[in-house]
Amino acid sequence: MIASIPFKARDLKLYKLYIGLFLLFLLLPLVVVVVFSFNDSLFPALPWQGFSWTWYFGYSQPKLGLLHDSRMLRSIVNSFWVACGVTVLSLLMATINALLFVRFEFKGKGLLYMLMQLPLVIPGVILGVSILVASSQLANGLEEAIGWDWPWLRPGLVLVVFGQASFISAICSLILIARYRRFDRSLEEAALNLGANNWVAFSTVTLPYLRPTMISAGIVSFLMSFENFNTTLMLVGSDSPLTITMYERLREGSTPVINAVSVCLMVFSATLALVYLGFRKDAQD
Amino acid sequence: MSQQRWQFYFLLTPFLLWIGLLIIWPHFNMLEVSLTERSWTQGDSFSFKHYLLFFQQSLYWNTYLRTAWMAILATFITLLISFPVAYYIAKVAKPRSKLALLMCCLLPFWLSELVRAYGWMILLRESGIISGLLQAIGLADAPIEMLYHDATIILGLVYSGMLFMVVPLVSSLDSMDNSYIEAGFDLGGNRWHIFWEIVFPYAMPGVVSGCIIVFMLNLGNYLIPNLMGGKDSLWFTEMVYTQFITRFNWELGSAFGILLLVLSSLLVWLALKLSGQSLSTTVGR
Repeated sequence: MIASIPFKARDLKLYKLYIGLFLLFLLLPLVVVVVFSFNDSLFPALPWQGFSWTWYFGYSQPKLGLLHDSRMLRSIVNSFWVACGVTVLSLLMATINALLFVRFEFKGKGLLYMLMQLPLVIPGVILGVSILVASSQLANGLEEAIGWDWPWLRPGLVLVVFGQASFISAICSLILIARYRRFDRSLEEAALNLGANNWVAFSTVTLPYLRPTMISAGIVSFLMSFENFNTTLMLVGSDSPLTITMYERLREGSTPVINAVSVCLMVFSATLALVYLGFRKDAQD
Repeated sequence: MSQQRWQFYFLLTPFLLWIGLLIIWPHFNMLEVSLTERSWTQGDSFSFKHYLLFFQQSLYWNTYLRTAWMAILATFITLLISFPVAYYIAKVAKPRSKLALLMCCLLPFWLSELVRAYGWMILLRESGIISGLLQAIGLADAPIEMLYHDATIILGLVYSGMLFMVVPLVSSLDSMDNSYIEAGFDLGGNRWHIFWEIVFPYAMPGVVSGCIIVFMLNLGNYLIPNLMGGKDSLWFTEMVYTQFITRFNWELGSAFGILLLVLSSLLVWLALKLSGQSLSTTVGR
């Protein structure tokens, strides 16, 4: 509070009321999702039928719980692998970009730097369809010209990985570049003077410096991939990641098993978020 | 020296491949497809047919303009709601509650948009919580359907964009020196003047970057209009999806994609020009 600007007591109360309402607005939808995951009813709606764990552990239709819902579980596994792929690719690209844009001065650097940020201003749906069009044409062209059939160029999980990584890597790059810019280059030079070669200097001096930031960037990209919908929707094949399966269920009008999945997602994201905050603190020190 | 050049190209090549293959080539490819007329008898030929079709069919360009208009409206409402919250977090709250508040704002956004939309669906639908509550306290005699209106789309968009507005606003307000406000009061300004002549201009970079990010997210949103909107409230991204996946008309779909891209770039460019900001100071942060 700024001491010299007195809010009248009444005004401050009103202001606090507004903030309270805002928090209610923020948290209400989430609370509702959590509460109704424990409702012993076939629909995520009133009336309240009593507390139950059935949407987590129920093992028979129609009250099939998450743990026995094989379609849902398979999509979670799909999402997990996609997220791993995206994280690895994005971190690799981010490291390359950080080295390129911080260490080197070259003609057209500004233009390339802008190009790197381009995926962030393209709507996810468009990113998805453009990659869909291009890869399908490439696949058709290859098949016609030399008879090669590359199934991974068709809609499917591999394409989903590339589609998501195309913009998530840009986000990771920005995070890593911001950190690398604050690095004291003389440390690396000292290592070189002491007889290390480039690779040794990089892996023993630069990389440890960047590691906390890389871990937090990795967490961001894992979560973003896990939760991505727009780009994924356009590139998905027969195996669907979690968000797509949840979306299909929602359209069909699903049982509260969706609530149970959402609650697990919340716990999972909150845990990763806490780890992320821990590492971000490390990275700032 | 030559080793340095070698290293430079070693880093430049993957960067160029990445941006070229995943961003630039697919978009040019999509542009090319949108300008192609397929014919089984005469082969492919260049044509503006699909763009003309867009302007001839009132459904298409009406949806286009409606999407733009509603995205702008939702952005504006997001700004209106977020500004007092950001000001409270940056200037009024005590340090500890400040962190807690910021965490509260961040939390829902570590979650999938799907879960958030689902929470609102449980609250708002005919058999939902709010309708049930209204009946219970006697304000309504029959279930009320609050989902599937244009207003619910706006609500959903405002909710999902909130964080991306609050965070840039807080960071620009945080850096403002309180003595500016005090000086304003000392010189006899009232709250209204101080807000418009000191606080708001100072927060302008945050306002612009928040608005641009929120607007782009709104425009490219697929889930919210799809799940929370009514039958006649089409969003332009849904039309892109329909042409690609349901109708399999890739040429028209590509044209729609390009048009959406043009719309978003044009409005972002306009916002940057009007406010005198640049892309890297807003999105690249």
